[in-house]
Amino acid sequence: MIWKNWSVRIGGTALALLIVISMTAPWLGTVDPTLFDAASRDLRPGQPGEITTLEGETVKHVFLMGSDSFGRDIYSRVLYGTRVSLMVGVSSAALALAFGVVCGLAAGYLRWLDGPLMRVMDGIMAIPAILIAIAVVALWRGSLPTVIVAIAIPEIPRVTRLVRALVLSIREEPYVEAAVSLGTPALKIMFGHILPNTIAPLLVQGTYICAFSILLEAILSFLGVGLPPDIPTWGNIMAEGRVQFVAYPHNVFFPGIFLAVTVLAVNILGDGLRDTLDPKMAKRV
Amino acid sequence: MLATIPVLLIVAVLVFLLLRLTPGDPAAIMAGDAATAEQIERIRAGLGLDRPIVVQFGIWLAKVLSGDLGESFYYRIKVTTLIGQRLEPTFALASLTILIAVVVSIPLGVLAAWRFGGWLDRALMGFSVMGFSVPVFVLAYLLIWLVSLKLGWLPVQGYVRISGGFFLFLKHLILPAITLSVIYIALIARVTRASVLEALGEDYIRTARAKGLPEVRVLVRHALANAAVPIATVIGIGIAILIGGVVVTESVYAIPGLGRLTVDAVLARDFPTIQGVILFFSFVYVAVNMLIDLSYVFLDPRIRY
Repeated sequence: MIWKNWSVRIGGTALALLIVISMTAPWLGTVDPTLFDAASRDLRPGQPGEITTLEGETVKHVFLMGSDSFGRDIYSRVLYGTRVSLMVGVSSAALALAFGVVCGLAAGYLRWLDGPLMRVMDGIMAIPAILIAIAVVALWRGSLPTVIVAIAIPEIPRVTRLVRALVLSIREEPYVEAAVSLGTPALKIMFGHILPNTIAPLLVQGTYICAFSILLEAILSFLGVGLPPDIPTWGNIMAEGRVQFVAYPHNVFFPGIFLAVTVLAVNILGDGLRDTLDPKMAKRV
Repeated sequence: MLATIPVLLIVAVLVFLLLRLTPGDPAAIMAGDAATAEQIERIRAGLGLDRPIVVQFGIWLAKVLSGDLGESFYYRIKVTTLIGQRLEPTFALASLTILIAVVVSIPLGVLAAWRFGGWLDRALMGFSVMGFSVPVFVLAYLLIWLVSLKLGWLPVQGYVRISGGFFLFLKHLILPAITLSVIYIALIARVTRASVLEALGEDYIRTARAKGLPEVRVLVRHALANAAVPIATVIGIGIAILIGGVVVTESVYAIPGLGRLTVDAVLARDFPTIQGVILFFSFVYVAVNMLIDLSYVFLDPRIRY
């Protein structure tokens, strides 16, 4: 039923392809993305050159997407960068969903907690997402877990609000009333009766958060406040490439194309999921 | 509307806690990597770190409320002065972006709703998904490459103050503003389309058409006027995206504004400046949204406060 939707098909296929690329990167004609060779600096896309392996051997290599100013292979770096982007996207979305679900269930079900918790969420939402992420990374210094947490934090209020709104409508359903009158413990009602009914909208929301997280990670790396520069991420490749942008625009464009296509694929998948899983929301937007 | 004050208070608490929840000595972190023991000690005394955290927050908040955001450790001047110096480029960029976005997106949204399901509608919806997906810095480089490098129409980077000549000022600002407006156009056009579409289904539209009003008048005076509140709301919410975009765009186009200052402050680990800029941006965001809430009274006479 879901697969009949064209948005799901297109987005899903593109995303599946990217996942395959990220997993099979070592066998797709790449070299170790950290390898560099002074003799192969600033090559244009498709130019042959050489690269020195960790063992000190010099091997011939065709630089499909050219090389950067250190003589590193852009193609390899972009392909390995897919791993980082997808991992950050999925992890941040999962983290934001997990915290958001707990907070949203608590706010929606425990009346005394609703006011204070939602005011805190309002406060977080009043700070632009990018600023929270930048500040958190600045404090804890850039590493994969820090970046994932930094990107997830500004998304938590959005999930909380969604879950809370869902809980408030679901808790009035007869089956919840029945469970309450049978003396079912609050925790069991929250996780056993209410949570399963929020899964479809959460999945849709999670997809959008995933797309936004991939974007935000690239922005952080690009600004130089994300993952350390030696890790091949699309943002890092572009940050290095921007210095020589006028002469070698491909260092910025190849990772940029991958980034845009990935985010687009996830967003289209999200639209498709929304149309099929959550028709009420589809009508609203 | 009074809810604005608690929100701002919570923002202040969060910005304050940001530094206190860090592992390690806040005084040492604030002082930066190159600080001497004496400097750290002075900051510790200034922050009152030996007192209970609630008292510390009170002291800090009192300073913030009296307009004292502390002194930048990197630039060695008051953070408020620093923000004042960097305000013009950011304000100019943001204003021009909003202007372009509103002028382009609202007619597009209305036309798309008017010809619902037509080619313009489909193109607009496609464009809006693209607008949300293409990162602002990728778009920025694409435009620099095309407009500045290949066609040579506009300067690649830089900023000229408005006092340096209006034409030159606009010439440097137009490309960054177009770049930044794309995501905003996508957002506003989508909401305009949806709310005008909803209004067009109402009985008063049929009445307006039945009494022979010209279609333009039906669309603008009847449909768009009734769709104004959600459009104003999304313009306000979009300010958050705009602020995020400003940080990135100013970096790409080398504009010496607040966004650039934010990135530089983070790279220099200049915490008073980071705190000050976050507070300032959040305040602007909340204030703009409060003004938009107030504007509902004019946009929709049914709303009373």
